Amino acid sequence: MLTEFGKIFVFLLVAVIFVVVVVFVAWFIRPARPTKEKLTTYECGENPEGSPWVKFNIRFYVVALIFLIFDVEVVLLIPWALEYKVFGLGGFVVGAVFLVLLGLGMAYEWRKGDLEWERVKIIPPIVKKPIFSTENAREEETIKSNILV
Amino acid sequence: MIIYDFLYKFVFNITQSAAIGDITAMIISGALPLLILVLPFTLVAVWLERKVSAHMQDRLGPMRTGSHGWLQTVADLIKLLQKEDIVASDNDRPLFNLAPILVFAGSYLVFAALPFSSAYIGSNIDLGIIFIIAASGFVVAGILMAGWSSNNKYSLLGAMRSAAQIISYEIPTILVILTIIMITGTTNLRTLSEMQTGHFWNWMIFGGAGLSLSKFLFIPFMLIGFVILYISTLAEVNRTPFDIPEAESELVSGYHTEYSGMKFAMFFLAEYANMFAVSAIVSAIFFGGYQSPIGYLGNTLGLPWMIPIEQFLWFASKGVFFVLVQMWLRWTLPRLRVDQLMALCWKYLIPIAFVNLIIVGLITVL
Repeated sequence: MLTEFGKIFVFLLVAVIFVVVVVFVAWFIRPARPTKEKLTTYECGENPEGSPWVKFNIRFYVVALIFLIFDVEVVLLIPWALEYKVFGLGGFVVGAVFLVLLGLGMAYEWRKGDLEWERVKIIPPIVKKPIFSTENAREEETIKSNILV
Repeated sequence: MIIYDFLYKFVFNITQSAAIGDITAMIISGALPLLILVLPFTLVAVWLERKVSAHMQDRLGPMRTGSHGWLQTVADLIKLLQKEDIVASDNDRPLFNLAPILVFAGSYLVFAALPFSSAYIGSNIDLGIIFIIAASGFVVAGILMAGWSSNNKYSLLGAMRSAAQIISYEIPTILVILTIIMITGTTNLRTLSEMQTGHFWNWMIFGGAGLSLSKFLFIPFMLIGFVILYISTLAEVNRTPFDIPEAESELVSGYHTEYSGMKFAMFFLAEYANMFAVSAIVSAIFFGGYQSPIGYLGNTLGLPWMIPIEQFLWFASKGVFFVLVQMWLRWTLPRLRVDQLMALCWKYLIPIAFVNLIIVGLITVL
């Protein structure tokens, strides 16, 4: 008698064997006439231009990192969700504190702009002091207006 | 379960060998969902997809092969069988060949834990829902492998987008499933379906079985949970409006651009199997799984053997109903941009699911 996970392994085997058999059967039927043009990478009919390893957005990594944190959190929460009722309100509060801490972490990420897909705009620091120290206010005014213009 | 025992006894009576009986029964019951559900469903669903889309746009769709074109998918299949299998010279051949196997195996593994009826469940593991989430992670690896080994810009972009999307939307999915685990206290899908027995007001979407105050308090939160789960499962199977990984008009169908012939057909099959699988998960969690909403004909006629068959039909029709909703959405909503997609997941679904989880937890405790 197989265990329940053994049955899953049978499902995996069935899937793999199915794909292999189907591709193998098609191998008997289909033609194979490769030409040089046929074997180029598809790029809408143009000749492939440059390396396919294009640079892609750093955001993909950020998303993966945030995902990792949340995934680990969920793994920690599953046993809690199954058993917290045994401990009554106390059991719930423990999990809720954990969730609130995570929510704070998420709020921080949100505030820092890590959930934004587009690049965060860099805001230049605002200069409050006049650049030149001047004695009379009139001169200061003109300099200010010059800066503004 | 019952089907497995029946097969085992049948083979055991012929061969008088427990080992052969076990192995044969296991292989047959492991291949059953593939033969009686995945393949026929894909044949029908591909045809339905074209018909539904056609009728929504005031077209007729395929009409020539068979009455109203119902043989169209069979014709397509025969055509795909004869197509040349091109592996371009730049492709990474071993990984390129391995990817369709991985993608299909990942989507077929989900069927191992789906409760089709009280007489048949591939593998009655206690971690049913968690296992399904883990198996869908398998698909991500296959998609990344396909995109990487294709050595094609479109494929790589499609695979990266797909991976980012699937893993992002996994979190709201798990958070909603966590709320269900908190209410029911089980991760076994069969037990979960048995809990929703009786009539449709015992379904999880209506707060679960029993008549208590908490049942009525759960209803709005269950509705929110259902909407979140449905949206995120749509995103996990790359359906419109979340189809940027295979956006035909910009990425030439994404990670399977380079595939042709039967390997392409395997991706297609996996996609449709996935569509049914996620719909079945939604119905198993919120809509009573294989339970009938109105009672069984077998009970009224006094024929107990009819009940498992009816249950299977209910399960399949609930799944097909949600697949039809997916098709309907595909022809109703425009595609989201990638930043909108991520914003929807991280800024709306996850915080709402979080709050939902905490409120449901409070209700269960108080």
